Amino acid sequence: MNILRGRIHKYNKDNIDTDVIIPGPYLKIHDHKELGKHAMEGLDPNFSEKICEGDFLLTGKNFGCGSSREHAPIALHEVGIRAILSPSFARIFYRNAVDGGYLLPIEIDPASIEKISDKDEIEIDLDTNTVTNTTSGEKFNIKPFPEIISKIVKAGGLLYYKG
Amino acid sequence: MNILENNINFLERFYSRSENFIQYNEMGMTITEKILARASNKKSVTPDDVVIANIDKVMVHDVSGPGVIKVFSEWEKKGINLDQIWDSDRVWISEDHFVPASDRISANNITLLTNWSKKYNIRKHFKYGLGQYGICHTLSHEEGLVLPGEIYVGGDSHTNTTGAMGALAVGLGHTDIAYVLMNGKIWFKVPETIRFIINGDKPEYIMAKDIILKIIGDIGTDGANYKAMQFTGETVDKLSMEERLTLTNMSTEAGAKNGIIEPDDITFEYLKTRTDKEFIPVKGDFDASFSNTFTYDIETIDPVIAKPYSPENICAVGDLEGKIIDKAYIGSCTGAKLEDLRMTAKILKGKQVKIRTEVVPAAQSIYLKAINEGLISIFLEAGAVVGPPTCGACCGAHMGVLAKDEICISTTNRNFPGRMGHVESQTYLASPLVVAAAAINGKITDPRNEM
Repeated sequence: MNILRGRIHKYNKDNIDTDVIIPGPYLKIHDHKELGKHAMEGLDPNFSEKICEGDFLLTGKNFGCGSSREHAPIALHEVGIRAILSPSFARIFYRNAVDGGYLLPIEIDPASIEKISDKDEIEIDLDTNTVTNTTSGEKFNIKPFPEIISKIVKAGGLLYYKG
Repeated sequence: MNILENNINFLERFYSRSENFIQYNEMGMTITEKILARASNKKSVTPDDVVIANIDKVMVHDVSGPGVIKVFSEWEKKGINLDQIWDSDRVWISEDHFVPASDRISANNITLLTNWSKKYNIRKHFKYGLGQYGICHTLSHEEGLVLPGEIYVGGDSHTNTTGAMGALAVGLGHTDIAYVLMNGKIWFKVPETIRFIINGDKPEYIMAKDIILKIIGDIGTDGANYKAMQFTGETVDKLSMEERLTLTNMSTEAGAKNGIIEPDDITFEYLKTRTDKEFIPVKGDFDASFSNTFTYDIETIDPVIAKPYSPENICAVGDLEGKIIDKAYIGSCTGAKLEDLRMTAKILKGKQVKIRTEVVPAAQSIYLKAINEGLISIFLEAGAVVGPPTCGACCGAHMGVLAKDEICISTTNRNFPGRMGHVESQTYLASPLVVAAAAINGKITDPRNEM
């Protein structure tokens, strides 16, 4: 049951920071829909038009570095992103994504970035911790969630997690 | 280090610990691990353990506060009772990012926050235009709000700053802060600690900003991801409290969960005039283990600058000597403390700025001290503009944001694309001495030429 299917949007760049995910002037906005319109504006001004509900991001390492703004995972969630595949995530972004129940931060081997192209369709299997690129047929492993993260993800966010 | 010195160090640390500090049955923990063990009622913890820690202090500001209010309203819709929070006396609020209110939306956020703090009886609400206020991280130390040995969480990534007080200070998002406000506790993974030993007599042209930029340049913006950065060594032992705060502030820029410095007489002296609250300081064990240790000789470090668009993109100031700059900015939690303003004034005194220069003290109390010391007159006479305390342009919010292609040299902590304004503006990060030297020359200048 733990399979997510979606289309990849590839931004193969390291250190995509919170200032480009949702620029500073939007920090005063707390309407989630409005934040979604400005997701990734600092990197790709047309980002929100390209994304459909259930899509995934594929990025370079240290995604989400910088600020603690929860606006970042909120904006990405609101525009439709349900998971991000990256070799690593900045800690507060990772925590916010999971604890807020917005999206799944999936850690992958850096070499796996080359196994997926922009617009490929993939399946993420959280039971076997594998990704299948259904466009190319290629398959690779993902890093399993630590126990606490797995439980919070299953609960749907920290609010629903009962230890 | 020879065997004799090793033994002396060992004995000194042993006695200082046994006389002054809490005793634990288990040994071999860093200060970060000890604070987490105490807060989670465990005798000991080791890196990668997941603990539920009881929290001592919580902070929100005019960006994270409305975010938390939004989370509360979502939770209320789901039937969760939020008539009261866990402990309103352990919570404090600052208005800093978009103040004085920059437009109607930020004005509404301030009103929202005011009503919210009233509803939950949060008395420590630092409001602009109503006495002491300023950047949240500056208030945390300036007002003695966080004490050695405590766990402090704040709705801002630079919460790490306050770790210089010997506390475990960690930045969290809105959901996590909302959870702490309800429950008084939250989960943490115990981080590994990387130790940075800085030795040598600090030359007068070097500031803590040079040290931390050099470190970030060496380990990268993810070099301490999920980890604790602990600063120690003979240079750190002699650094003032405010300079230590610059080190821990920018541990965030290396991805660290927290930056920390063990409390000592400098910490206790600093707190003496700011709080009469009692606290139990914590120090690490002599046999604590570190995942890595980096050693620096400060006497060999040159003034450093971080080029756009990353704090890790560093070079010696001399390598960029003569580069034309459009604007100088002295502000933020990391670069507008009293000592930062003193160093700026040292260079600006009796000179005229050649480029647009903006000075934004980090808190009302610091602004007042700067007036009393004559620093503000020096800035104004030099031609700089002095703004009211605010995060302001550091986060691209308002009051001096950058235009397309505008090049700024700044005492702040980040220079990502668009951080201080237009996505094609450029920010160079440096110490107040380097920024002030650029202000009077209109180009990047080694501060040694101006001292």
